[in-house]
Amino acid sequence: MKSAHSSRGRFGRTAAVIGTGIALSIGLAACAPAAGGSADSGTADDIAAALKEKSTITVWAWAPAVEDIAASFEKEYPNVTVKVVNAGTGNDQYIKLQNAIKAGSGAPDVAQIEYYALPQFGLSDSLVDLADFGFDSFEDKYTASTWGSVNLDGGIYALPQDSGPMALFYNKTVFDKWGIAVPTTWDEYIAAAKTLHAADPNAYITNDTGDAGFTTSMIWQAGGQPYKTTDQTNVTIDLQDEGSKKFADTWSQLTENDLVAPVSSWSDEWYRGLADGTIATLAIGAWMPGNLTSGVPDAAGDWRVAKLPTYEAGVPANAENGGGGDAILKQSKNKLVAAGFLQYMNEGEGTQISLAAGGFPSTTADLESDAFLNAEDPYFGGQKVNELLASSIDDVVPGWSYLPFQVYSNSIFNDTVGQSYADKSDLNTGLEAWQKATAEYGNAQGFTVNK
Amino acid sequence: MTTTTTDAALVAQPTSRRAPRDSRYTRKNAHLGMHKKKSILLTVIMALVVIYSLLPLFWLFVSSTKTQTELLSSFGLWFSGPFSLFDNIGATLTYDDGVFVRWFLNTLLYVVVGAGGATFLAALGGYGLAKFNFPGKKGVFAVVIGAVAIPGTALAVPTFLMFSQLGLTNTPWAIILPSLISPFGLYLIWTYALDAVPTEVLEAARMDGAGEFRTFFTISLKLLAPGLVTVLLFTVVATWNNYFLPLIMLSEPTWYPLTVGLNQWNAQATTVGGDPIYNLVITGSLLTIIPIIVAFLFLQRFWQSGLAAGSVKA
Repeated sequence: MKSAHSSRGRFGRTAAVIGTGIALSIGLAACAPAAGGSADSGTADDIAAALKEKSTITVWAWAPAVEDIAASFEKEYPNVTVKVVNAGTGNDQYIKLQNAIKAGSGAPDVAQIEYYALPQFGLSDSLVDLADFGFDSFEDKYTASTWGSVNLDGGIYALPQDSGPMALFYNKTVFDKWGIAVPTTWDEYIAAAKTLHAADPNAYITNDTGDAGFTTSMIWQAGGQPYKTTDQTNVTIDLQDEGSKKFADTWSQLTENDLVAPVSSWSDEWYRGLADGTIATLAIGAWMPGNLTSGVPDAAGDWRVAKLPTYEAGVPANAENGGGGDAILKQSKNKLVAAGFLQYMNEGEGTQISLAAGGFPSTTADLESDAFLNAEDPYFGGQKVNELLASSIDDVVPGWSYLPFQVYSNSIFNDTVGQSYADKSDLNTGLEAWQKATAEYGNAQGFTVNK
Repeated sequence: MTTTTTDAALVAQPTSRRAPRDSRYTRKNAHLGMHKKKSILLTVIMALVVIYSLLPLFWLFVSSTKTQTELLSSFGLWFSGPFSLFDNIGATLTYDDGVFVRWFLNTLLYVVVGAGGATFLAALGGYGLAKFNFPGKKGVFAVVIGAVAIPGTALAVPTFLMFSQLGLTNTPWAIILPSLISPFGLYLIWTYALDAVPTEVLEAARMDGAGEFRTFFTISLKLLAPGLVTVLLFTVVATWNNYFLPLIMLSEPTWYPLTVGLNQWNAQATTVGGDPIYNLVITGSLLTIIPIIVAFLFLQRFWQSGLAAGSVKA
């Protein structure tokens, strides 16, 4: 784990040099940067100068690695104090962030925001367009899918911190016990679900009680593009487009026939099912190995990773599940320092610390490094897990975007699609109800929502 | 996800419901002289209610004796693996530089100042409304009754925006100030004071030359004691279990109360590279409810007589 630190110096410095050249021209062309850390834009030189001054910035983040990144950053820039605050995980933090934005004060300088929540803040004029600091030149350093997630309506509203290309995590011990082959298509997956549940009535192919993040990722993989936003407020929602239907038709075959365990993800029951083999697979983001290793130590050696099953044999398709980046708030009074820290964290040396803490990288240099790709994970029986996960990134279907009110929309998923789960009926009906409720909310919030 | 808060609420509420039921029975029995007669049906129903109330508590206790791995791999309602209660308590108190102790002290501060202050203000206001006539009293009554009907949760976000203007968010005041207001407590003291403090006594005190405040502190407060304890228990429980307000108001974990802090620990299992510490969440929940249980056991006597007096009036 710790060996990952060795390559950090080189990477950070090269990046800074490249950044300088491009940032210079943009900084001059766009708007004249004011002096001091409070400037709303600036070049790499401005940032470097600001980092030498005495200053304090606040960072809201729940990823455990951020504390370590801040400590390492403070060592390198002793005049800067970085206050890392865990203001809540995911939604809890978004509520606070939204309130602080509404109140006009109290927001941090930098905040961790997941990709699915980014449009809410990015498209509402709450975040700094990082192109003002020349960060748009970093495009080549990140995978296309993560860059696509932070590039909204022409602005760059966050730097990616991790990514979650999906994969099929499966319990090999269970599969071997019942002689089931690892499915490569969703049809095979459904067949495997039936075989497994018939062989052992306590065992299920997977768990699912309705999870908005999972559903949107699966629609993404199926080629659906249910959400489109133009001009910040013009929204189109179509949860019955071809891809959405394809997913719902397939997945309904599992939920209608009691083939998924009625267990919510991340519950203690879920961890238990992952440990004792009654939940046999997970279609989930590439950040899962770390969580399995620390959360389900008893099942060490049982699990393996395969590519996510596809709809058509031999036609690769994938999606991102989870992951996020970090953004600078418009409220920040110290944007140059915030930009310096953000770059250090997600483009410079901090990436190695995130990686060591179990995050799956979004930076192409890390994804292509031999040390990363060739690592054999003892938890997965010595499988080169990273190699497999990294190889599926290019399969991510392009063109996906989330709603500017996805956080709210996801919060009502269980009231709508959850009904279809509860009464074991067609998921399409639930998706329609979800679309209707989401559109109503969007219209009430001042968006123009077209169906 | 929210098991910790619901656990605390589940445990606290049934205990509170049990008290009034007991008192009503004793009174009824005394009136009708049915001391000897026992109903098997009622006993069975009571037993079911007791089991229903105590089962979560039992689960909580059993679970807090398990290690993180045993917790996820053994049957929930019985002991398994090494008895790790004390290890868990130790780890809970020291995890993350002892932040749990800090949260505990925060909660204590919010409860002592918030609930104590709310009770005191309710006593002053309720007594004043019950024993003094002044123009606009009906208007005050309408406002208080209206305020009882509005749940605090609905006011959390507007309160946040207001406090943000005043620069009070992210400080203990953001929790204490809203906790000081208890319309229900005020109303309860009001109705209680109508009967419990005879106007004749007050007139006698005035005749003897006592000022209004002296009368209040030396005579009325003592007569109001059972009602005050009832209000105190209500506000203590409300402040102790307060979740949404601090969630909205505070971003610094150093000011979190236990409810929000424990949920943050719980959420840690859902994050990349996060360490699941369910054993600490559960042990922390157990430690969190102990003070509330103790408060109820000690104040139960007052609580019963206070409610009984209120119910006669109603």
